[in-house]
Amino acid sequence: MAFVWAFLAGGALCVLAQLVVDLTPLTPAHTMVLFVVLGAVAAGLGLYDPLLKAAGAGASVPLTGFGNVLVQGIFKDIGRYGVQGLMTGGLTASAAGITMAVVFAAIAALAFRPKG
Amino acid sequence: MRADPTQQAAYGRLLKKHTPAVPVVRNALMAFIVGGSICAVGQIFMNLFMRHGLSPERAGTLTAVTVVFIGAVLTALGLYDEIVRVAGMGGSLPISGFSNAVVSPAMEFRREGWVLGVGARIFGIAGPVITFGLLTSMLVGAVYVLFRLPLPK
Repeated sequence: MAFVWAFLAGGALCVLAQLVVDLTPLTPAHTMVLFVVLGAVAAGLGLYDPLLKAAGAGASVPLTGFGNVLVQGIFKDIGRYGVQGLMTGGLTASAAGITMAVVFAAIAALAFRPKG
Repeated sequence: MRADPTQQAAYGRLLKKHTPAVPVVRNALMAFIVGGSICAVGQIFMNLFMRHGLSPERAGTLTAVTVVFIGAVLTALGLYDEIVRVAGMGGSLPISGFSNAVVSPAMEFRREGWVLGVGARIFGIAGPVITFGLLTSMLVGAVYVLFRLPLPK
């Protein structure tokens, strides 16, 4: 059943983002930024954790989940280091995704030619 | 020289007539199906990692990396741009779209060199995402610190 909720919640977030692109002047790049910001704000308001529990990857895979990870990382490091956690938490929690995207990008640039 | 208002209005009408209408419902449907499917695939890996005894946090991180990997492979094969073309934000909003935004310019700008091509361009879209994500999350954290709010969990 987890798949169904992941599909529905993830799909719904993508529909919202698509509507922003189609019905406002915002470009896809703007919309990606907007959803990370929205995810971080929702996490700050304590709204994202319930969504994660209900929808799993449907909430963690869209970019709102990236915003949530940044905030959860900061919360964790505030707990450990106090104010210094503000400076370390975000990138610490999101390190794996960003690092591996860069690694895969370097491999792709080495081994593949762009099409067209 | 400025066009007079009636000319401008006429031009506006002409422009509107010849601009294809955005198929909002169709775009939304494709975004839903494709974006939802990517998340469902993510859930398969999430379950797999948790069944192997990883905490939800670690499983979530590995799921993110896995979806980033899938996005990178499909981008390298030239398939992810097609997915984005068909599904719009259904392809771009999942982190596989973030991965696509990093990998695609890496391949495209290699011809401009590793440093000023690949190195400089891979964060063209991912950079703003990371920048405003970091700024927003720090602001959220600062509010918690300033007002001594109890931290969740």
